[in-house]
Amino acid sequence: MEEIRRMEPIEGIHGLPEQVSAEQFAPSAFSRNRKKLMMWIFIISDALLFGSFLAVYTFERFISPSWPDRWKIFEPGYLAVMTVVLLSSSTFMAVAVEGLKQGKNRRFGFFYAVTILCGIVFLAMQAHEWAHFIGLGARLNTNPWGVPLFSGLFFMITGFHGFHVLTGVLILSFIGVLKLMGKVSDETIELAGMYWSFVDLVWVFILAVIYLL
Amino acid sequence: MKLLKRPLEAWGMFLIFALIVVIGTASFFIKWMPPLASNRISIDQMMNVLFIITGIFFVLVQGLTGYFIWKYSDQNKERSTYIPGSYALEVTWTLGTAIILAVLGIWGVKVWKKTVIQAPPPNALQVEVVAQQFSWSFLYPGPDGVFGKLNPKYISFLNPLGIDPKDSAGKQDVWTKDDLYLPVGKPVVLRIRSLDVVHSFFVPAFRVKQDAVPGMTISTWFIPEKKGKYEIACSQFCGRGHYTMRGTCFVVSNVRFQKELAHLRKEDEGE
Amino acid sequence: MTVDKQVERHHKIPGFWQHYIFSTNHKVIGIQYLITAFASALIAAGMAMLIRLEIAWPEHSWPILGTLFPGAFPGGVMRPEVYAALFTMHGTLMVFFFLSAALVGGFGNFLIPLQIGADDMAFPFLNMLSYWVYLTGLLVMLSSFFFSPGGPASAGWTSYPPLSALKTAIAGSDWGQSFWIVGMAFFIISFTMGGLNFVTTVLSMRTRGMHMMRLPLTTWALFTTAAVGILAFPALTAAVVMLFLDRHFGTSFFLPSGLYVAGKLLPNKGGSPLLWQHLFWFLGHPEVYIVMLPAMGFTSDILSTFCRKPIFGYPAMVGSILAIGSLSFIVWGHHMFVSGMNPYLGLFFDITTLIIAVPSAIKTFNWMATLWEAKIQLRTPMLFALAFVSLFVTGGLSGIFLAMAPADIQLHDTYFVISHFHFIMAGASLFGIFAATNFWFPKMFGRMMNETLGKFHFWITFITYYCTFFPMMFLGLHGEMRRLYDPVQYYTMFKSLQPINVFISINAFALGAAQLVFVFNFFWSMLRGEKASANPWNANGLEWTLSSPLPYENWEGNSPEVQRWPYDYSYPGAAKDYLPQVVPEQAAAGNY
Repeated sequence: MEEIRRMEPIEGIHGLPEQVSAEQFAPSAFSRNRKKLMMWIFIISDALLFGSFLAVYTFERFISPSWPDRWKIFEPGYLAVMTVVLLSSSTFMAVAVEGLKQGKNRRFGFFYAVTILCGIVFLAMQAHEWAHFIGLGARLNTNPWGVPLFSGLFFMITGFHGFHVLTGVLILSFIGVLKLMGKVSDETIELAGMYWSFVDLVWVFILAVIYLL
Repeated sequence: MKLLKRPLEAWGMFLIFALIVVIGTASFFIKWMPPLASNRISIDQMMNVLFIITGIFFVLVQGLTGYFIWKYSDQNKERSTYIPGSYALEVTWTLGTAIILAVLGIWGVKVWKKTVIQAPPPNALQVEVVAQQFSWSFLYPGPDGVFGKLNPKYISFLNPLGIDPKDSAGKQDVWTKDDLYLPVGKPVVLRIRSLDVVHSFFVPAFRVKQDAVPGMTISTWFIPEKKGKYEIACSQFCGRGHYTMRGTCFVVSNVRFQKELAHLRKEDEGE
Repeated sequence: MTVDKQVERHHKIPGFWQHYIFSTNHKVIGIQYLITAFASALIAAGMAMLIRLEIAWPEHSWPILGTLFPGAFPGGVMRPEVYAALFTMHGTLMVFFFLSAALVGGFGNFLIPLQIGADDMAFPFLNMLSYWVYLTGLLVMLSSFFFSPGGPASAGWTSYPPLSALKTAIAGSDWGQSFWIVGMAFFIISFTMGGLNFVTTVLSMRTRGMHMMRLPLTTWALFTTAAVGILAFPALTAAVVMLFLDRHFGTSFFLPSGLYVAGKLLPNKGGSPLLWQHLFWFLGHPEVYIVMLPAMGFTSDILSTFCRKPIFGYPAMVGSILAIGSLSFIVWGHHMFVSGMNPYLGLFFDITTLIIAVPSAIKTFNWMATLWEAKIQLRTPMLFALAFVSLFVTGGLSGIFLAMAPADIQLHDTYFVISHFHFIMAGASLFGIFAATNFWFPKMFGRMMNETLGKFHFWITFITYYCTFFPMMFLGLHGEMRRLYDPVQYYTMFKSLQPINVFISINAFALGAAQLVFVFNFFWSMLRGEKASANPWNANGLEWTLSSPLPYENWEGNSPEVQRWPYDYSYPGAAKDYLPQVVPEQAAAGNY
């Protein structure tokens, strides 16, 4: 008790840096990139949503006595093309943003358009894939390969991802139009690029968990 | 009496905290739990020790808080003392709590292993418990000791559990509705399942509770040690008639138990 | 945005609609959230009264209720479906639409920018959107009472499938459950928008000198809560999406093979009801801390202010907030000890749950040590904060029983659990809200809440709260289960306990009635209360350096420079017994 009473008031706030002058604390390091910071947090949250879906997939798979052989269902070549299209679009987006930063508007315009195009191609391929499976008799609650849960999970997760891609394409197109009208800041385009890369990255996990493993 | 001069609120708080401590502590000396009627005495022992440990903390923390409120409401004092913290005190109570909780944790693990994880003795009686809205059914194997398969496909008025008629093992199985007979002193394994929603098999006097989850067969075992009649409750909300889903467990002598089984078999054949 | 534009913005106070209704101002949104949350609390409290009426006098006929609600009380007797709908909606409204919304949406919005020295949230428009989405969710939830055939959701606030997934299992699972899912989806979206905003704001908008270890504990707690929410809610989002698909599109995520309901064999195959429980509690347990942490933060600040003494062990307090926040993600299984989950997992959750008790204990001891050697002022906010500590201790100690898996076998799904979480989660948070409302009211409306009414409200609430919820522990120890429409008609073992239920119900009614005093005090003081000075409690936080009521744009661009932590009360050598955060070291001995 004695020991406590004798504590010096300032050192008493133990564990704290001692009364540092305010100049040493510039406004927080994050303050310039507020929107980017929010985008990152949003991406973490959205990633956890995909994480939950994939965890559900894994859970259901392990409690199922059997699971369809994916190599017999999916066409590896088709899948590879889808993946390449989507992942390369991320690269195009990065090049576009880089071009924008350097003020090379033509380069930006070209690669930005290619990115959107890649997104549309991916969606078209996915739609074709879905149509193919639906034609074979796969539905949310039944499919020709046995375990009905599989098609439910497949449609739900890839559909959810496809919805993200679609949103991405719409956002990119909308922002593109605004850019043409000169009504959008470079930062917004960068943010859209972040979202786009995230959507592409998620695809890798979906590919791994649903199609490959 | 300068010493006792306090605002009314201080006295009020002191009084309430004192009442919390006194009534709270006193009421836990009453035996609230129904008397134990199974072998799960380790749960009761654990609860008793938990009562003592949490009780000590309860009295200490609530009592001290009440006392502090009263004591430091003294307005004659000039100013509070500037005490932002104390490593010694904080480390002590952090470690102290951590050690007590660690001991409790290890003990909890042991009791859990003993009551839930440990495999039942091989001679245990097997009973299939089937829950549905809003009743319990209990299925006993025939003399072969093997259950026939259950398949909801075969559920009908005369076969409400869906005993597979093609499975020969099921021929001699007998079932009862809402009444569970158990021989005293003999280990029993309950294989709990549900036909529709999640239910929970609960007999307070046995310290037994296990959810009945559709799609799963979950086993739990214990030894009923006192003859008597015990109510079986459904403790997981299961629908409109949840409150009506009561069964009865009769713990009887082995002789009487065999008689009941024989009686059931006879009835079954009669059909 | 250029500097000129910013200056221009500051002096423009918008018209009525933009100011009070579609406002992007964090203070207005905070108050909107708070009042909406109080409204939903009153509705949910009313439901609790009906629930208690039914439990204490089961199947008794109340002609007046029969006249008022002929559908729900035919002949004055409550129908069992109505009872189920009431406890389901009571839980949902209280946990999500009252506690979470009031603590995070209400006080979070109101206090965070003020306490970090910012003019507004990082994204004011998103903030406004968050409120309106929340309100939509609440209206969807409430509309299920009127518009859904079969009545509102009735499978409990936890909505365990198959009960919640099958129309034939219970009336409320017809359309009511879909309303519930949609309402929850709105709530989750709203909470995520708010959470993104809070985390970004705290990380990026602190004023000069306000480094993280100078944040008031309130802001620390709100910040952690927002982060926990962002990380935990996705699991529930996934779960409700799948429940929706199960209900309307024939999938079987939560529905196993061989379900036989209402005389029919269902075609579902392969799903697992346990999966829902895992997903739900992965959110559900962090959710408990989402409503606990802010109340802990308020208590810390209020205790320190009225003890005129620094909060004891600030770094440990911050550490335990963070520890609780992160540990809350690995304890969800303690809701599932008897669910049929692998018993070895039970061991894991048993241990993690006991570990999370350590930071909680640290906080309690620190609060007690804050009282020690203080000169306590027992104003209304302080009384509520002290009661918070008491409720937290009672609830926390009963939590030890539930954390121990073997004891949970006996206590799971009994009134012991009800008692436990009404002390620690519901009660402590509720008292935190009362303390905070009384404390920050002058900042919100420029007037003080009436002290006499406030104290009257406090005494009745504190006493009846204990009388209502403490005896429930005895019911639980005896084995009486929760959610029983009629505890005595079928079970003879609970007959002897019925007088306790009557005692509880009478206290519950008194408790409910006392809240009307609060409501009256709130609105009366808002209009007629005594005018408040800028710093009526002589507190240190940045919000108290502004006038009461607050200027529309807080600091209007001239953000303050923070010189010290917010807990310099009774600083040795200082002239006054408090030192606001903006007072530089040299000036401490002079004016203050």
